[in-house]
Amino acid sequence: MNFTEFFTTFPEMSKSGLRAFKKSVDGAYRQFSREYGDAIEAVFDPVLYFLIWFEKLLQNSPWIIVLIVFLALIYFGSRSIYLTIGSFIAFIFIGYFGMWEDTMSTVSIIGVCTFLSIGFGIPIGILMSGSDRARASISPILDIMQTMPSFVYLIPVVMLLGIGKIPGLLAVVIYAIPPIIRLTDLGIREVDKEVLEAADAFGANRSQKLFRVQLPLALPTIFAGINQTIMMALAMVVIASMIGVKGLGQPVLKAIANQYFTMGLLNGLAIVVLAIIFDRVSQSFGKRLQQHRQGSHE
Amino acid sequence: MSNTKIKIENLYKIFGPKAKDLTSAVKEGLDKEELLAKHNHVLGLDDINIDIEEQSIQVIMGLSGSGKSTLIRHINRLIEPTEGVVMVDNQDVTKLNKNELLEFRRNQTGMVFQRFGLFPHQNIIDNVQLGLSIKGVDKSESEETAMFWIDKVGLNGFEYKFPNQLSGGMQQRVGLARALANDPDILLMDEAFSALDPLIRSDMQDQLLELQKNLKKTIVFITHDLDEALKLGDRIAILNGGKLVQDGKPEEILLSPADEYVTNFVKDVNRTKVLKIKTIMKENIQSSSNSPNVSMDSNIESCLPLFLDGESVLSVIDDDKNIIGSVSREEVANILKRY
Repeated sequence: MNFTEFFTTFPEMSKSGLRAFKKSVDGAYRQFSREYGDAIEAVFDPVLYFLIWFEKLLQNSPWIIVLIVFLALIYFGSRSIYLTIGSFIAFIFIGYFGMWEDTMSTVSIIGVCTFLSIGFGIPIGILMSGSDRARASISPILDIMQTMPSFVYLIPVVMLLGIGKIPGLLAVVIYAIPPIIRLTDLGIREVDKEVLEAADAFGANRSQKLFRVQLPLALPTIFAGINQTIMMALAMVVIASMIGVKGLGQPVLKAIANQYFTMGLLNGLAIVVLAIIFDRVSQSFGKRLQQHRQGSHE
Repeated sequence: MSNTKIKIENLYKIFGPKAKDLTSAVKEGLDKEELLAKHNHVLGLDDINIDIEEQSIQVIMGLSGSGKSTLIRHINRLIEPTEGVVMVDNQDVTKLNKNELLEFRRNQTGMVFQRFGLFPHQNIIDNVQLGLSIKGVDKSESEETAMFWIDKVGLNGFEYKFPNQLSGGMQQRVGLARALANDPDILLMDEAFSALDPLIRSDMQDQLLELQKNLKKTIVFITHDLDEALKLGDRIAILNGGKLVQDGKPEEILLSPADEYVTNFVKDVNRTKVLKIKTIMKENIQSSSNSPNVSMDSNIESCLPLFLDGESVLSVIDDDKNIIGSVSREEVANILKRY
């Protein structure tokens, strides 16, 4: 290597070295997944059983009962008759165009993903809000989860767990959990210091402060996080279908491969409709949690 | 002379990471500005010594940044001292462990905040029950107590409103009721009335004095308003730059200010309104019975018309209308000359 070459081409490691590096990492991971794959899969079994049970429940119950339950939930969540009627029309179209079963699959996986994201996201958010050190170490991980192209982390997940519902579920949760963690952290940190000091002055311990002051006051912000999480989970439906998650994503994928424009559009619209319903219901529910802020004196 | 309820001894507070190492320098005379310039640490409190009597109202005064809010937070240890002792009922608050401190705050102190510190997501009755519910008092019992105090502070009918549906004055009544519902011996009031407009503030002061007649709490009251201090305080302590510059009865502060800072503080006060007859009267029971009577608790201003009418001596009477002393025209003139 002479002097000018040093400046014109980046000094990179040798091809064989790079190949050996990739090979050894891949080999080690493959070794790891062979040894522990089954054990790790077993950990997720309860989630898988629940997911399958929930999907079957939605698909096998008479559609009219499922529809009534959905509309009731939508009405009690949003207290809006217009949204309920709109949702009714949308569901009728979905069913009439033959997408009922796929829609039920998608709703079930979104439901479970949201449930898992809340279950893990809120405690992690609380942890983050309590210590600057925890925040400093968790924040970059969340950045990676949100910006890493999802195909990249699909590879090791598929290597480890194969193709199916659980890898899809993991991919969706990884993508969708950051907003709820961030907004739980933010919501708790934004709680008025004087209110918190009052709780301290009256001798509240840590859990009393958390459950009586911090979480209730952070709830509207946390709800914004839940809303974001649901939206991002829906956005992942198509990608998750690439690794075998059933639902509205699979027809979309098929439509891309075969250039079936109408099929793609219909299923895409069904996803949009679900997104709008989830969004409006969770937003108006979140708004009602802030009732104490309304009717104010100012 | 009643007992000392709170005894603060050699209390230092320095804000910053190396506070402990810098206390000795502060003890040797490093002042607030130097500490900030040389070490980038803020001197909060500098060798505070103060005895607060049981069942009295101790006012702590000072301008912004004088350390008064820092001082009051040492009494229930919302702020950890850098060095020093805070004795409450012969128990050193600074030595309590975590659980003892929670118990201490739950049972012995109540606090009222400048910006109220109410829970916006709870209605008034739940706000007032805060201390009781933290202690785990039975719901029906604590609700009854809360209703009693809501009634006492005149907020009947507002039990199920939320704080932001109430005016500032009403919100602070809730703050007061919340502190009192806990039945603490010590009431800590951090600029409790400063955020209220003048009329409501005066109203709240009257109400506090009225309540105190029966309650007999030990009240530590922070304010930057001298009129408020003179109206409420049995004793007034004045802080400047984290140092206690004077601690005395209101008339002592007015008549013999300890330094220029205090002099500046008190120079605009109308003494004839603030000083009471009993503080300047001469005790002599056999004063002439034909001179007009004035009550020992009225202020000097109230006897000015009588002197201007030509009286030279007035008889001072106590609450039972017994003559206990006299006050002369010359004595009053002397007080006024010192303006």
